[in-house]
Amino acid sequence: MTSAELTPGVGDDAVPLSERGPAPKRVVVGFGFWLFLLSDIILFAGLFATYAVLSDAVAGGPSGPTLFDRSRVFTETLCLLVSSVTCGFGLLAIQRRHAMLAYVWMFATFVLGALFLKQEIAEFSAMVALGAGPTRSAFLSSFYTLVGTHGIHVTAGLAWLLGMIAQLLTLGFAPMVQRRFFCFALFWHALDIVWIGVFTVVYLGAH
Amino acid sequence: MALLGKLTWDAIPFDQPIVMGTSVVIAVAIVGLVLLITVKRWWSYLWNEWLTSVDHKRIGVMYVILALVMLVRGFADAIMMRMQLALAAGGAQGYLPPEHYDQIFSAHGTIMIFFVAMPFVIGLMNFAVPLQLGIRDVAFPVLNNVSLWLTAAGVLLVNLSLFVGEFARTGWLAYPPLSEIAYSPGVGVDYYLWSLQISGLGTLLSGINLTTTILKMRAPGMKYSRMPVFCWTALASNLLIVAAFPILTATFAMLLLDRYCGFHFFTNEAGGNPMMYINLIWIWGHPEVYILILPAFGVFSEVVATFSGKPLFGYRSMVMATMAICVLSFVVWLHHFFTMGASANVNAFFGVATMIIAVPTGVKIFNWLFTMYGGRIRFTVPMYWTIGFIVTFVIGGMTGVLMAVPPADFVLHNSLFLIAHFHNTAIGGVVFGVLAGYTYWFPKAFGFTLNERLGKLIFWCWFLGFYLAFMPLYALGLMGATRRMQHYSELSWKPWMMVALCGAVLIFLGIALTVVQLIVSIRQRNRHRDRTGDIWAARTLEWSIPSPPPAWNFARLPLVDSTDAFWVAKQRANEGAQTPADAYTAVHLPRNNPTGIFLAFFAVIFGFAMIWHIWWLAAIGIVGALSVFLMQAWRPEEETEISAEEIAAYEQRTARGAT
Repeated sequence: MTSAELTPGVGDDAVPLSERGPAPKRVVVGFGFWLFLLSDIILFAGLFATYAVLSDAVAGGPSGPTLFDRSRVFTETLCLLVSSVTCGFGLLAIQRRHAMLAYVWMFATFVLGALFLKQEIAEFSAMVALGAGPTRSAFLSSFYTLVGTHGIHVTAGLAWLLGMIAQLLTLGFAPMVQRRFFCFALFWHALDIVWIGVFTVVYLGAH
Repeated sequence: MALLGKLTWDAIPFDQPIVMGTSVVIAVAIVGLVLLITVKRWWSYLWNEWLTSVDHKRIGVMYVILALVMLVRGFADAIMMRMQLALAAGGAQGYLPPEHYDQIFSAHGTIMIFFVAMPFVIGLMNFAVPLQLGIRDVAFPVLNNVSLWLTAAGVLLVNLSLFVGEFARTGWLAYPPLSEIAYSPGVGVDYYLWSLQISGLGTLLSGINLTTTILKMRAPGMKYSRMPVFCWTALASNLLIVAAFPILTATFAMLLLDRYCGFHFFTNEAGGNPMMYINLIWIWGHPEVYILILPAFGVFSEVVATFSGKPLFGYRSMVMATMAICVLSFVVWLHHFFTMGASANVNAFFGVATMIIAVPTGVKIFNWLFTMYGGRIRFTVPMYWTIGFIVTFVIGGMTGVLMAVPPADFVLHNSLFLIAHFHNTAIGGVVFGVLAGYTYWFPKAFGFTLNERLGKLIFWCWFLGFYLAFMPLYALGLMGATRRMQHYSELSWKPWMMVALCGAVLIFLGIALTVVQLIVSIRQRNRHRDRTGDIWAARTLEWSIPSPPPAWNFARLPLVDSTDAFWVAKQRANEGAQTPADAYTAVHLPRNNPTGIFLAFFAVIFGFAMIWHIWWLAAIGIVGALSVFLMQAWRPEEETEISAEEIAAYEQRTARGAT
């Protein structure tokens, strides 16, 4: 045990990654946020499992195929997937400190996310109008909870995006802002992954 | 709609003397404490140095204090139950009516697991892990403070239920359909759910924090195979937190939707499935068992190596066993309800998986024994706990394997045999472990040791008390006594119940003596100072720095080239020369931050408002919490700089010979 600061070699590529000492803050923040996303995905796993168990428990009420409008869900999906692309471009713009492009891509991401949300709300209100609200059956309880939890995440993501725009306006490209936008981008992509699960299990899997 | 939702004067249980008496005592104690702090002008010290501190060591200490306080509350519930059962045989009804007794056993389990064991274990990990890793703080110091205060918010809500309203009468896991609104219309289950949701969020954030710390922040040279075993067990435990607590959050969220919005996840009607709740909650619940016991295993590993004067026997097998348990803990949940009616094959799978966990656990037991074998054992208090643990835990493990046999479990399910089994592992494992850790790291945290004689007395109270209190429960379980039973007509059970009460009284003595020990040790602190920083002649890095450590922990980050890094350095003793003052560089530490305590304040308001259906107040809670969050988002990253000269001066002042 000697002192690290005095020892040559530390920080060199010759030293294995696991022996280089505390990682830089950028890496630590990203890694911690990855762990958070994993935990969030496990939360969704619980909701998916619940949906799988209850998807047949329609209690004499309407079932999935009679309620779901696949073409609407398809455009919804496109909005979200394309928003992930624009979000990726936004991240690149921020890393290159290109303010104008960053705002454009963030705005595009926001609009696409909002369009997704608008269609989801339209779907929910149409179903509720048909008498297929979450209290109708266990199947519908689990449907609204799974899809709605994703929707709440998207809403939170949009609020976060507004916050990021405000931070960029007030704080500029501070390292703190860059790290946060990196985390936001991870979050936004994770929501895509979850949505692909929702699209497959809930809408394509409806029988 | 009433302005205060469901809250009326009826919520205060004026007609229950036990509850009112307790509430008055607690109120007087709190007022007295506040007065004392005010008179002594301690508020600014308390606020600046502790409550808003982002120093992992202080946060760890605060977690442990929280756990010790709640241990008193949880134990009060326990001894009330034991007294009731010592009385309520045959014609006698005891002193606790069923609806009160049901709240007590629910509160006892909830508090002991979530608000004693969890904060104690998390507190020890918070304190020791960064020191053992040779670093200056956890990955996210401010988040660490937020975690602490969210846990405290849950604690506050649970304790509020004592005085305002009621607690759940559903048992510590609130199984539906009993916990559904149709059968539990009161606020008890809501207190349970909201306090655990809030504190659960704190636990999850703490898990993410410590996992990131261990995986990304180790001192230079400390590759995984050089990490102290306590850090390995902490890693396993925190990985389990990250992987299991979201399930708990999701499950409770579903039950909340059932209760508040009329959903049908777990109801008897409209296709709801109560057994699904029981599956989900145990998918969290079984890993939770290992979240608690693995760090305790880690403490025993450190203690046994230190006080045997030998490196831990089988370091690699210990690590492998820890990680094996970490993975296996996710495939045994169904053994908590073999009686569900799953097929024989399903039960067989989970039975066998459960028995397999005994293998890595057995490896650990032998590793500890072989570490002691041939060593120069010093019989200190932590060592007492360790040996007491090895004996007791083996018994608990064996009864566990016994119940892993599905046909046997059909007989023993929900009997007092089960109660005896899990207290056997929870007390003999977790409690002994955290008390060993408390005694072991106390001098590191405060610079003086705890009174040794009282420590041994405390051990004997707990050890004998445990056997007296729980061995009769094994017998009673085999005789047919069930858990959650407020009265029994079988008079032959009564003598066993009396013995169990004696055990509880002995444990009470142990807890009371813990308070005495703390006071005595503080008064005698000058006689038991740790001036070397290495009072136990230990092996890991936390002992290479002064006790208590400075805010920056390590003046220079150590370079690690072996397991037991500090021990090896002492053996070489090749660094006798004083380090020149210019060898130090300035250290940047994050400034203290009130975000956590403000967030928790609004979380309590929100939780309380939701419990009592005071929607406008809940909105205030949410808006308040969001405002605090936004303020933190725009707060510049404040750091204090500690200059190289200051560190050099400190190092000279605390020079501890050759390290």
